[in-house]
Amino acid sequence: MNALVWILGGLLVILAIAWVFRFATQKATDNKPYFRDMPLSVAFGYVFAAAALLLSIWYFFQPKAVDGIPSAGVIFFRWAIIGLLGFAAAAWVFRTVFRNVGSENSKKLFRSMPLTAAFGVMIIIVYAIVSIFAGLIAPYGQEEILGAANVVAGGDPAIGGNPEYPLGTDQIGRDILSRLIYGAQNTVGIAFITTCLAFILGGTLGFLAAVLGGWLDQLLSRMVDALMAIPSLIFSLLLMTIATAWAGSEAWLVTIYMIFIIAVIDSTRVFRLSRAVGQSIVVMDYIEAAKLRGEGMGYLIFREILPNALAPLLAEFGLRFCFVFLTIASLSFLGVGIQPPKADWGTMVRDLSPFINYASFAPNAAVTPLLAAGAIALLTVAVNFVVDWMLHKSSGLKE
Amino acid sequence: MAGLLGIILQRLLLGIATLFAVSIIIFVAVNALPGDFAQSILGQGATPEAVEAIRNQLGLNESPPTRYFKWLLGAVQGDLGIPMSQALFQSFTGSSTGGDVVTVFDQIIPRLKNTMFLAGVSAAISVPLAVTLGILTALFRNTAFDKAMNVSTLSAISSPEFFLAYILILFLAVLNPVFPSLSNIFPGMEFGDRLNKTMLPALTLTLAVTAQMMRMTRAAIINLLASPYIEMARLKGLSPMRVIVKHALPNALAPIITVVALNLAYLVTGVVVVEVVFVYPGIGQLFVDSVKIRDIPVVQACCLIFAAVYILLNLTADVLSIISNPRLRHPK
Repeated sequence: MNALVWILGGLLVILAIAWVFRFATQKATDNKPYFRDMPLSVAFGYVFAAAALLLSIWYFFQPKAVDGIPSAGVIFFRWAIIGLLGFAAAAWVFRTVFRNVGSENSKKLFRSMPLTAAFGVMIIIVYAIVSIFAGLIAPYGQEEILGAANVVAGGDPAIGGNPEYPLGTDQIGRDILSRLIYGAQNTVGIAFITTCLAFILGGTLGFLAAVLGGWLDQLLSRMVDALMAIPSLIFSLLLMTIATAWAGSEAWLVTIYMIFIIAVIDSTRVFRLSRAVGQSIVVMDYIEAAKLRGEGMGYLIFREILPNALAPLLAEFGLRFCFVFLTIASLSFLGVGIQPPKADWGTMVRDLSPFINYASFAPNAAVTPLLAAGAIALLTVAVNFVVDWMLHKSSGLKE
Repeated sequence: MAGLLGIILQRLLLGIATLFAVSIIIFVAVNALPGDFAQSILGQGATPEAVEAIRNQLGLNESPPTRYFKWLLGAVQGDLGIPMSQALFQSFTGSSTGGDVVTVFDQIIPRLKNTMFLAGVSAAISVPLAVTLGILTALFRNTAFDKAMNVSTLSAISSPEFFLAYILILFLAVLNPVFPSLSNIFPGMEFGDRLNKTMLPALTLTLAVTAQMMRMTRAAIINLLASPYIEMARLKGLSPMRVIVKHALPNALAPIITVVALNLAYLVTGVVVVEVVFVYPGIGQLFVDSVKIRDIPVVQACCLIFAAVYILLNLTADVLSIISNPRLRHPK
């Protein structure tokens, strides 16, 4: 209750300052139109933003420890701000470099790119490299149990770290950095394969339904309607129950089944889109011409429809990939997805999550579950930024 | 109005037909278990007697269609069978004396209520917040405020729920103990206490759904801003706030209502992960636990309930958008 009173009081003070600020600027600039017509809410926004900025700067430079006890709030805040600024700076450098290096087309592309999209492209490239070369980058094996368990991240021996394991080790002594790197390979790789499968399945059937029409279209569409009426996470959990029974004690089989289950569930969404896109293409004159030339079904789908449907399908691929990736991470987090001992981010979050309760006295230990969860979030955010930019560009919206 | 009633009735029938199809899918999926699930649950080492007892308990000796219709009839009447754990217990003690048998129905109902409470609290926070923010971003479009909101909502949509949940736990439970990080809800709790313990999961869900609704509200309003009547209102000298709230918002209601209903559907079904993180005793947690121990009757029942809620809310979205947009009532 006390905190609520403080917050309300603070907002009122800001409102008063906003009024004074507007009044003062009106006097100082001799009623310039911008300040004369400024609503109080806009003035409030400016003062609020300024207050938030000042408060953040003040909080950022608070001492990291008082009387030897780490003030965890300050430490986490610093990490968050440094991370945010660091990523923004890296994205800016990345964009600037590619504005000047590369072919004419790519330079042009990067010149029109907002910072968020540049950040997205950069992160996707980094993830791709890490997941392909995981075996070379990772200092230890993903299943390797090392000498020390529960080593704290940061590599500072004074607080229980070890420079050999920069991000520490987990409860049974596996190197967290290596597992994060291998996790990129496992989680991202599996999500990528699953999305490709879903697109091959859903895309083919969707185009077939669009080209052939008639009973096949009706049958497939009604089946997809029924499948889509079950929430996808729930349905995949139900099917995973059965898959684990089929797989028995073979853990790797569970992963294979999971790929197929999620691919089938996700292909329904792809089917919807590709059918709709296909139907709008099928009525075009050039399809008619191809049909009259006597071209076969394969030619129609792959040489006539697919190239024209590529742009919307590509944007959908990004969104579907995010969705599949999050589903797999959630399933693994719930304990029915990618099976241990394979490193995977969802499982890592679940296994390391108890550490978060140590945050107030050992911030370095508490950060490890957030690293795994953050690795998931970073990729999905990156893909979404890129897709958002692509959609914005293709829709031609200027506002 | 008769036409409208007809349309609603038609949608309702369509919904029931869909639910019927869904129940068939669930049943077929469950029956795809290798052998039968009595065997698969008891494992290789089970005695034939035990397997037979379970088979009798669950009525597995009948043909699949008979079993399906029995299950469906039971489900309609609120009888969802008994959980596997109970069946196991009875087969080991060798008695099925009834008495204190806990049916699936008994297990699910209190948890469903908890989940509804959680979804209700999150909806009560997120819907007003989303609409207000949507209006504000539409009003101050293309300013720094709008861009910051765009980036932060896009990040919130794309992050997994458990990431948001742990961030909230870190800041609101561990570093600043404002809310408890474990939601041990029990019956007979006081409302304030209950609200306090539900707050963190509700806030996580709010973060997850607000973004979508807000972006939709913004897009719907901005779509209308090029219309002649908005231009008229502007030229009349109305303030931008008034133009948006009085003139644009009522016409943007249809897409907003649809996206709100769809997000509520997401709230009810997307609670699974959030409930597991906060150990919230809702139906999602029950579902995950049953999936892990392969308690088929419970899994089946939860799945059916989730699907029913999902279909119902989608149906509501459909009907509401027809009501709010007369043009949809008279398709060309």
